[in-house]
Amino acid sequence: MIRDITLGQFFPGTSLIHRTDPRVKIVLVTAYIIFLFVTGNFVSLGFMLAVVLFGVVMTGIPVKMYFKGMKPVIMILLFTSVLNIFYGKGEAVWQWHFLKITWNGISNAAFVSVRIIALILISCILTYTTSPTDLTDALERLMKPLKVFHIKVHEIAMMMTIALRFIPTLLEETEKITNAQKSRGADMENGSLMKRLKAMIPVLVPLFVSSFNRAYELAVAMECRCYRGGNGRTRMKVLKIGITDIGIIIFSVFVLIGVIICNLMFSEMIVK
Amino acid sequence: MESFISIKNVSFSYGKAAVIDNISLEIEKGKFTALLGHNGCGKSTMAKLFNALLLPDEGTVSVDGIIPETEDDIYEIRRKVGLVLQNPDNQLVATIVEEDVAFGCENLGINPKEIRERVDNVLKAVNMYEYRKHAPHKLSGGQKQRVAIAGIIAMKPECIVLDEPTAMLDPEGRKEVTDTVRFLNKEYGITAVLITHYMDEAVLADKVIVMDKGKILTQGTPDEVFSQAELLKKHSLDIPQSAQLVHMLRKNGIKTDTLPLKPDECIDLIKKYIKTSEQ
Repeated sequence: MIRDITLGQFFPGTSLIHRTDPRVKIVLVTAYIIFLFVTGNFVSLGFMLAVVLFGVVMTGIPVKMYFKGMKPVIMILLFTSVLNIFYGKGEAVWQWHFLKITWNGISNAAFVSVRIIALILISCILTYTTSPTDLTDALERLMKPLKVFHIKVHEIAMMMTIALRFIPTLLEETEKITNAQKSRGADMENGSLMKRLKAMIPVLVPLFVSSFNRAYELAVAMECRCYRGGNGRTRMKVLKIGITDIGIIIFSVFVLIGVIICNLMFSEMIVK
Repeated sequence: MESFISIKNVSFSYGKAAVIDNISLEIEKGKFTALLGHNGCGKSTMAKLFNALLLPDEGTVSVDGIIPETEDDIYEIRRKVGLVLQNPDNQLVATIVEEDVAFGCENLGINPKEIRERVDNVLKAVNMYEYRKHAPHKLSGGQKQRVAIAGIIAMKPECIVLDEPTAMLDPEGRKEVTDTVRFLNKEYGITAVLITHYMDEAVLADKVIVMDKGKILTQGTPDEVFSQAELLKKHSLDIPQSAQLVHMLRKNGIKTDTLPLKPDECIDLIKKYIKTSEQ
């Protein structure tokens, strides 16, 4: 059950989006997210949602997977929607004591929900179509200018790669230790929250110890393979901006211009 | 025979007790050497001395004529001597098999095109090419260990040291790994040092060195070493099962001229004996 957690799960494929340079993808997704939050009216939001749905179809990954990615935030989505519905201003559509629903509240709730859905979908597109290594690689390259401020860009990227590599291993280990403790009579499922939290300690301590051992061994193994930090290191995969990347950039620029135009044209419809 | 790693009067200790106690030995170029011994006999420390992960307290370790003194010497030695560790989980760095194999080459600053070529070649050599896009944590132990070996071989070392690579594997995985090591030694002429406590793995080597309590107990060809059954037994080390069987037969008055180390040799020998005694 613990292994069901999808963390930046990657689905290999050959779609146009899969083949796009990861750097381009990261920059565009960031731009999209910023626009998503700047956008204030339904027309441009609808336009952005259409674009992201188009992207979802383009990836060729089953829609089921996107629903799965949406699962963890459903609670947040419901919560914010409910709050928004009741916090609207203006005339009440329905009222019960101090609770009242207004049209303004309903439209607010819808707006926020669509925004969150679009946000999740665009991040899913990024993580589903880009392998973790490509992601960290792209981040390393995008952050390179930060070296001026003595930020250790390579080291950060390396740490991210290693973290990604060891997440499944450590999850497996957690499961093993949990089972070992259970087989000795540890009760992890029953009792109050405090009690269950306390029951986690015998799992966490061995996990910690073994993580440190792993870290030490990994460091030795990396030294054996002549690792000396980022200096003088080459990469097997060279990132190159190709024609398709340029095409996607141009397409996205048009989309973003479209969003700006929508924002200006329908500014009176801005949801407050 | 030309020696590749030459160890002279080396001692090493972590703190008080000496782990390696005045040892001298030679690892011959192009040969397959097995280093045998109990847990805690100092064989893993030996492995780390081979590629300058540890430097001796006394004596000298020279690899292909280089005695590690500066950082650059150490780097040069690690290029020449690749070390594969025991736990396959803790030595894979990347999230994709081929990326991991490329890791060492990337550290050496080789150009991308050549890395690609080397990675494809070594993955084929260890029979893992079809898994090149897989995530390491989804592979079996033997497969992981073969990926780890590929990562070392891609750096084109002249010698590969394997520190108990099979200790955490099932029999199937053990066979995969030892077959791979043998293949690399025979086909590519890479000097191989296999550190193990499995006797039947040591039998495959050209030379066997037996360690006990930081000292060398005996060394020689597998035949020479395993014929000293009494000495090995005194230090509670096993000998391969087939050799043990023949030793027991000899004790009971059955004369054999050779000492079989592998099961099929043993079968042949017993068949021959039965045939001659029938006549």
